[in-house]
Amino acid sequence: MKDAIGNVQRVLVLGGTSDIALATVARLTAGRRSVQVTLAARPGERRSAATAELQSLSLQVSEVDFDATDRSSYEKAVTLAFDDGGDIDVVIVAFGLLGDQARAWRDVDAALDLVQVNYAAAVACGVLVGERLRAQGHGAIVAMSSVAGERPRKSNFVYGSTKAGMDSFYTGLGDALAADGIQVMVVRPGFVRSKMTEGLKAAPLSQTPEQVADVIVAGLRDGRRTVWAPPAMRWVMLALRHLPHPVFSRLPI
Amino acid sequence: MDDHRALQGWGRTSPSVAMVHSAGDDVELVRLVADAGPRGVLARGLGSSYGDAAQNGGGVVVDMTSRDRVLSVDTGTALVEVESGVSLDQLMRLLLPLGLFVPVSPGTRQVTVGGAIAADIHGKNHHVDGSFGRHVVSMDLLCADGTIRTLTPESELFWATVGGMGLTGLVVRATLRMKKVESAYCLVDTERCVNLDDLLARMTEGDHRYTYSVAWIDCLASGASLGRSVLTRGWPATLEQLPRKLRDHALDFHPRQLAVAPPVFPSGMLNRATVAAFNEVWFRKAPRERRGEVQSIAAFFHPLDAVSSWNRIYGPKGFLQYQFVVPFGAEDTLRRCIEMLSDAGQASFLAVLKRFGAQGDGHLSFPTPGWTLALDIPLGAPILGGLLDRLDAEVIAAGGREYLAKDSRLSASEVAPMYPRLEQWRAIRKGVDPDGVFTSDLARRLGL
Repeated sequence: MKDAIGNVQRVLVLGGTSDIALATVARLTAGRRSVQVTLAARPGERRSAATAELQSLSLQVSEVDFDATDRSSYEKAVTLAFDDGGDIDVVIVAFGLLGDQARAWRDVDAALDLVQVNYAAAVACGVLVGERLRAQGHGAIVAMSSVAGERPRKSNFVYGSTKAGMDSFYTGLGDALAADGIQVMVVRPGFVRSKMTEGLKAAPLSQTPEQVADVIVAGLRDGRRTVWAPPAMRWVMLALRHLPHPVFSRLPI
Repeated sequence: MDDHRALQGWGRTSPSVAMVHSAGDDVELVRLVADAGPRGVLARGLGSSYGDAAQNGGGVVVDMTSRDRVLSVDTGTALVEVESGVSLDQLMRLLLPLGLFVPVSPGTRQVTVGGAIAADIHGKNHHVDGSFGRHVVSMDLLCADGTIRTLTPESELFWATVGGMGLTGLVVRATLRMKKVESAYCLVDTERCVNLDDLLARMTEGDHRYTYSVAWIDCLASGASLGRSVLTRGWPATLEQLPRKLRDHALDFHPRQLAVAPPVFPSGMLNRATVAAFNEVWFRKAPRERRGEVQSIAAFFHPLDAVSSWNRIYGPKGFLQYQFVVPFGAEDTLRRCIEMLSDAGQASFLAVLKRFGAQGDGHLSFPTPGWTLALDIPLGAPILGGLLDRLDAEVIAAGGREYLAKDSRLSASEVAPMYPRLEQWRAIRKGVDPDGVFTSDLARRLGL
């Protein structure tokens, strides 16, 4: 269980190769011995690299197979992770797919890929993890949403719509689990320079995975339900959300 | 009555949600234990342990405070039989008028007898009277197999239960040997000590003459004043030591509650500046030396009980208490620890130093011969975690240990070197509770 200082004992990352998640684990466990981390991801080079990266921080890392596009893998992964040791203090739901926006709104398969990974799998994992944490009577879920879910933009509204859905789901899940002592924190980062956005042009207020990690760790400590990264994004999006449509649609975003 | 709710320790950190049952009769307790699910069951008293010792997230917690009957009192032998949910406050109010005082009193009366056994609590008289378990004549323990066994100090399970943090079973009843007193007062000598050397010398030289001894240290003082402190020591007052006007009501005990801390207190009220100011006033206000002052038991033992819910003054972030003991001869470690705290400016109102006497027989009992320092520290400072980790290392290197009833942050790897009899205790626990039906958040955190 998370101790009085806020130190965690076990962390589970669903989407265990995510740059933001790995940076968060590093921040969350800084200076602590014997923290166990389970990385749930597709087997392969990226997962091995993630494991090696965390092992170099003297964390005890274990791997479980998880594929957000494979419905049959969710339950097995969550069960394996939870049954593999003591209570899990923090679960980071970090998997996601940016997709190809140009295709996504004109190609059913491309659109459904985004829906499956970003929404359907995220919901399924929320249900599974929520049940396990409820049984423990403590724990936290960090759900990686996006500012893209705040108001659909022409440039990535399919992705945005899936994030809007998962954001709503986890926000509601937080209310549902509050009485069970579970914190659910929805994270809404802006543009993050990471593997996911490689090759894309950085947007204003763009940041590093480490900066997002700092926001996440502070939010967990303070028991927050929603955090924005950078925090100023909250006010930017508030303004954007209320711009009249003719203005909004002309913005180069 | 069942209730699904969040529980915390006195430090108001790390809550977990459990199914809380108010304890019914023995039959009901047996059924609760038999029906315990995969997350097990744990007894809880008044929740005065600081960390997660009385929490069992996702499991069952039995609130024992409804089992609060005093079953028999023998003023001749000073033996009393009580249910485990009886508080020390109740015992004092009821039995002091009969000339019986609790054999060991911690800094608060708000603990139950069951909790006192589970943590094997100590008081200002440890150097002469030992810890609570030494004054327990027998107890009834509800075990994982549903039997209620009467244990006496001859049995191993008795000593695995004394200090066993509630993990061997559920204490239902206990018979205690109380201390006979002639009054509800103490005679108190107070001395100001200019620094740590002065304090340690006075305690080493004179503690054996007193029944009770404790020093309050200003942990913010540094340099030549490092460890400046006020030492108070005393004895139970006899009738003839009391001033004439108190003699007619010598055994009256009516501690009053002066205030209740309001429920909303911002974090950060206790910072370096406010605590330094408080410590300065408190040090100056103490007499340089005063002998034979008559103080009521409540004023001498439980000054903080006068303010109900005083833990709220630390604000919503809560606080922790760090209490360790290092053996005699490890005075350098003690000094280094106080220096580290002083340097870090980690404000603590209440740094309390005591000398422990001989070790008891409880496998996981905290007190071992040496110096024990306890401090309350508000949470919030980012440097705190690292500072306490370094203190842990100092304590372990000196052959010392930390008090599980206060702990809220140790990890499993640190407990084994602190408690060399842990393996023996585990074996006894495994024998009586092979499936780990009795468990707690603390047990899971520390892998006990």
